[in-house]
Amino acid sequence: MMNYAIRRSGQMLVTVFVISVIAFVVIQLPPGDFVNSYLATLSGGNIVTQDAIVALRAQFGLDENLVVQYWRWLTNLLQGNMGISFQYQRTVLDLLAERLPLTLAITIPTAIFVYMVAIPIGIYSAVRQYSLVDYLLSFAGFIFLAVPNFLIAIIAIYIGYRYFGGGVGGLFSPEYELAPWSIGKVLNMMQNMSLAILIIGTSGVAATMRVMRGMLLDELSQAYVETARAKGLGEWRLIMKYPVRVAVSPVLSTIGFVLPALISGTEITATVLNIPTTGPLLLNAVRSQDMFLAASIIFVLSILTVIGTFISDLLLVWADPRIKL
Amino acid sequence: MTVEAAPTTATAPSAVADGVTARIISPRRLMWWKFRKHKLAVASAIFLILAYLATIFAGFVAPYDPATRSRNLYAPPQGIHFFDEIGQFHLQPFVYGWKMTRDLETLSPVYTVNPEEKFPVGLFVRGEPYKLFGVIDADVRLFGVAEGGYFHLAGTDHFGRDMFTRLVYGAQISLSVGIISVLVSLVLGLVIGGISGLYGGWIDNFIQRVIEAIIAIPTIPLWLGLAAAVPRDWPPLYQYFAILVVLSLISWTSTARVARGRFLALREQDFVTAARVYGASRTRIIAKHLVPNLMSYVIVTLTLAIPGIIIGETALSFLGVGLKAPTVSWGVLLQESQKVQIIQFYPWLWIGPAVCVVSVVLAFNFVGDGARDAADPFSR
Repeated sequence: MMNYAIRRSGQMLVTVFVISVIAFVVIQLPPGDFVNSYLATLSGGNIVTQDAIVALRAQFGLDENLVVQYWRWLTNLLQGNMGISFQYQRTVLDLLAERLPLTLAITIPTAIFVYMVAIPIGIYSAVRQYSLVDYLLSFAGFIFLAVPNFLIAIIAIYIGYRYFGGGVGGLFSPEYELAPWSIGKVLNMMQNMSLAILIIGTSGVAATMRVMRGMLLDELSQAYVETARAKGLGEWRLIMKYPVRVAVSPVLSTIGFVLPALISGTEITATVLNIPTTGPLLLNAVRSQDMFLAASIIFVLSILTVIGTFISDLLLVWADPRIKL
Repeated sequence: MTVEAAPTTATAPSAVADGVTARIISPRRLMWWKFRKHKLAVASAIFLILAYLATIFAGFVAPYDPATRSRNLYAPPQGIHFFDEIGQFHLQPFVYGWKMTRDLETLSPVYTVNPEEKFPVGLFVRGEPYKLFGVIDADVRLFGVAEGGYFHLAGTDHFGRDMFTRLVYGAQISLSVGIISVLVSLVLGLVIGGISGLYGGWIDNFIQRVIEAIIAIPTIPLWLGLAAAVPRDWPPLYQYFAILVVLSLISWTSTARVARGRFLALREQDFVTAARVYGASRTRIIAKHLVPNLMSYVIVTLTLAIPGIIIGETALSFLGVGLKAPTVSWGVLLQESQKVQIIQFYPWLWIGPAVCVVSVVLAFNFVGDGARDAADPFSR
């Protein structure tokens, strides 16, 4: 176990390194360097002396080669200095500290929601293969897999206005927007967040449900199931005790794909629903080519998925003795 | 390649007993037979072929020019009728004209059916002139109403432009992005995956880590970050290709994984050893024996990758960092209807593109599923 954890963290470090290179490329790609963009945002009335420009360029090492620049950026990053956002005139770290908790507060419950809902549905679908419910669930699964999150969000907004006469979106309803914290406000926030979780989770549920169904169907045709049945074990007890336990672990290991998809979904859905996660921040940063901010958000989100996958892998190894170390 | 072995003919004696020589069926034909049995996949494939044909003959399929403005702004879709207001049946269907009033409070246009105005709808009607394929002069449209009338099957937008027409022209962009991006991913994936699988060692290790890193990065944020580099003042065609490249830069990973896995598995097969013993060169083995054998898997992966790319383009344009206004794509159409008022009061502006995206993605998923089952030799 310890060995596995060490080897796995070594792998994780390499992945993090590659991600940091990609994030750096994202910073470098737009034409012009960040001092130019910085000057462009300052041009409203501020006079910048030539000395100041030279100082800025030296501070970011812009006149040195890319490798040196990358190294400087990375070491700064590891010390928590992610640079400044030109658009907001604040440090990136500050902005992230403000927005990231909400991204997590939506993504983590969504991940739990996806597995909590998809696994039972998948089990039911597999056990009652070719029944009406199975067909309906498979059909719904196909549809939800095809409808992107942001469209579901638009539909939710439409339904909200049309049939409930109220706006959907934002973290708080208007009456709580400026109110001081109270139990009502917390409940209101949770209500708005659960809508977001529902919207983001649907495609994850649809995908995971199908995997669970397929895995369990494979197990159900195994000889050991027949044996247990012949020995007189009750059907549901048998299913839950053996094939489900076998089928569930590869399903849980899909988290490496599910987690990035959920974060993607959170960001775009939050933009449509106007929830102040890192999503709208990233979109703004990209639109105004505030690349320090944009790349830092991408980097931090990716690191979070890597860490999430790492933790779930360790848990899987701990829970499933068949996985070789 | 597949020669019927003796035991198989023994269990199925009729083929030989009737004096019919056992045919050699190519794997490709076997796959086609299996695919054909998947009814939903076949129906979806036909739907997709029709959709792509519609984009090629866009001028013919669309009743108007995408830039033509009618005086009806924000007009809802017109229903096709066979029975008129007194219940009489008409063999030729017709649509009612609109009577426009303004909501005195919001000043937004309110349309009511005008029973006095009826425009018969016909097929192959002469309409606005257009250039087929951009060169041939033509003025026959698939459907439409006679001059003086108007027919907006999917309503009109804020400039009074026909939404159905814009959906057809939007399909040109949205559907081609999927195909071309996937071809770019195919080349990238085959080459990189092939190198990874063939050379092994530290090269393989390095490429695998890069792929893992790309998979770990949430797609939409990375796409956003890369799209930020596309200069806003580029002409539409350049932007189109830039977005194409951005989309392919991420989606090659799945192809590369499949290609690598197949290369690794095939490398050890007897027929490859046989070819090597015969003195076939490395390039010949790759081109003649390995690539044809992994193509079916790669094609399946690609079919399943197209929906993601179409959704990606739609999402980027919807967020305003992909393609932009003079270009028409489904994402651009959705972007124009992003305001809460439009979502609420003019739902046809987003329902149209939404239905298009979802039905195409659904169809590609079904075709991909059917193809996967057909390509899997162990599937029932």
